[in-house]
Amino acid sequence: MNPLKHSAPVAVLAVSIALAALTALTACGSSAGSSASPASSARSSVVVSASASTRAPSPGAFPITVKTTTGLVTISAAPKRIVSLSPTATEDLYADGAGPQVVAVDETSDYPPGVPKTTLNGTSPNIEAIAGYDPSLVIAAEDTGGLVAGLKKLGVPVLIEPAAATLAAAYAEIEQIGQATGHAAQADTVITGMEAQIAADLKKAGTTHSDLSYFWEVSASPYYSATSQTIFGEIAGMFGLKNIADKVATAASGGYPELTEEYIVASKPQIIFLTDNDPGDGGQTPAIVAARPGWAGLPAVKNHEIIALNDDVAARWGPRLPQLVAAIAAAVESASAASAAS
Amino acid sequence: MRKALALGAAAVVLIAAALISAFVGAADLNPVNVAAALAGEIPFVHLSSGLSPIDHAVLFQIRLPRIVAGALVGGLLAITGAGYQGVFRNPLVDSGTLGASAGAGLGATIAIVYLGGLGPDVVPVAAFVGSLAGVGIAALAGVIGSTRGISNGTATLLLAGIAVGLFLTAAQTLVLQQSTQVIQQVYEWLLGSLAGASWAQVTEILPYSAVSVTVIMLHARYLDVLSVGDEEARALGIRPAVVRATVIAACALAAASAVAISGLIGFVGIIVPHVARRVAGPSYRVVLPLSMLGGAGFLVLADTLARTVVAPSELPIGVVTALIGAPAFIWVLRGTRAVAS
Repeated sequence: MNPLKHSAPVAVLAVSIALAALTALTACGSSAGSSASPASSARSSVVVSASASTRAPSPGAFPITVKTTTGLVTISAAPKRIVSLSPTATEDLYADGAGPQVVAVDETSDYPPGVPKTTLNGTSPNIEAIAGYDPSLVIAAEDTGGLVAGLKKLGVPVLIEPAAATLAAAYAEIEQIGQATGHAAQADTVITGMEAQIAADLKKAGTTHSDLSYFWEVSASPYYSATSQTIFGEIAGMFGLKNIADKVATAASGGYPELTEEYIVASKPQIIFLTDNDPGDGGQTPAIVAARPGWAGLPAVKNHEIIALNDDVAARWGPRLPQLVAAIAAAVESASAASAAS
Repeated sequence: MRKALALGAAAVVLIAAALISAFVGAADLNPVNVAAALAGEIPFVHLSSGLSPIDHAVLFQIRLPRIVAGALVGGLLAITGAGYQGVFRNPLVDSGTLGASAGAGLGATIAIVYLGGLGPDVVPVAAFVGSLAGVGIAALAGVIGSTRGISNGTATLLLAGIAVGLFLTAAQTLVLQQSTQVIQQVYEWLLGSLAGASWAQVTEILPYSAVSVTVIMLHARYLDVLSVGDEEARALGIRPAVVRATVIAACALAAASAVAISGLIGFVGIIVPHVARRVAGPSYRVVLPLSMLGGAGFLVLADTLARTVVAPSELPIGVVTALIGAPAFIWVLRGTRAVAS
């Protein structure tokens, strides 16, 4: 038996199976695309029926064009299905009152409680998985993995709201997310409220503490810190505090330099702020810091001024920023009292 | 004579490196005070150093343990490399080739991603276990491969080690993918660092280091015999398989101890034994102790640079060992070849 005679029909069969499979896939693809519109119109009726609620987006503001780090983004109508790939953006959305429009958030978004958490990932986004939620707006912290370009092909606008480096930038993101979702007025209210809380804390704790130095611990072993060029440094600087990491404020470190341990100890900081105290995020508690070899003599350790900040509040620069400011204000007050007593 | 000279020179370099390292650092301690404080530690010498309590803590709790840890880690990495090279009769082998580094990396990554809540000691322990497991799996795979196959056992073990290493590295990447938030932490660990080295860490690994180094040293003569061939070794009453298994186990323990303190530091295990051979000849009775002394001195110097060049910031030590080590190594290769020919 000639094997060649045998293999020719097999090859033809294989090719036709492959072609059939491709055709089926294409059909699936187009049907998925066309079925999207009835699905979304069905859902839009749900939102319309809920429009009596005070949280309904104001339709008059659309279409709107906002300027982001990746260029101008035009949103034609109030987005009804929002996907957030950034925990900060999620907090911003809910604070602005856009919560009811949010259909999915990424796996790290966990505040406020009850957000529609999914397995979506903001640092290595899967465009198909995001598209599966049929979004009318996607918000992310970074344009990675072809996110913006990929979703553009599907006609989905993407807002990139990167980690804010200043309070002003954090406010601007809250405002922009408000505008893009039809909640500009509530966003302004949120920002005014934040400003008022922060101003009150500044007034209470005082803004002239240049005699107090602090070490901001981002991570231990090796020790990463934050300089005054970061949002943390900006907030601490509003109280007049001196940052021991500022000596290494090189452009290359992006405001987050690595410090050698003996420099930290020799700088004798009066306050140590920990943003690595969550069990899953370093687990560095004040007790562990105090027990580090050579650290016992530091003013911050002696006066118990090792402040375990809520890691999430400290790492998400959104509507909970006043909580971070309040925690720093409390530390400043007690450290100031301790240094006056000694 | 030349061998004794080489050992003496390596010891002098190590002591000099440690002394230099003790006097420099981001904290800018007064050298006179440091000298007085160090001299004050010598029994029956009583000197007041003039160091403030904080400066005293910087010197004795941060700088000195880091120097000692650097010497210990460097010595262990170098003697491990030399030991593996003897076992496999291949000058390009070290812990990295045998699944030890990849296993340690996987262990540390699992600890950082999943076990972060169990306290700061989890990562070194996991790295230690992972390193031993990596070599264990590689050895097992090698044994299975060589009993079923027709190739010689040593080459199969080496190939198995490389395959296991690649597999474990892939597993490590997969675990890391589950939690991209800790990428920086894991990356720092993979690059290696002696930041945060403490007396407690040194004392924790000292017993394992002592046992493993002793075992490796005691096998120096057998490694010399193995270097002429397994047949000859058998004729002299040595069982090559037993020697190999013992030395590999001891090297795995030594490397795991080093990795637990410092994370992964490449290069030391390859270049230091090479330089030792170039300087003092191929006998493992000299190469092993010379590698240990040389590795210790080299890593102390490298770490001194790592923590001072960009002070008060730091460089990853792996960057320093390769940036300085690679050109120095090429220079040594060139120089000695010219002499030999």
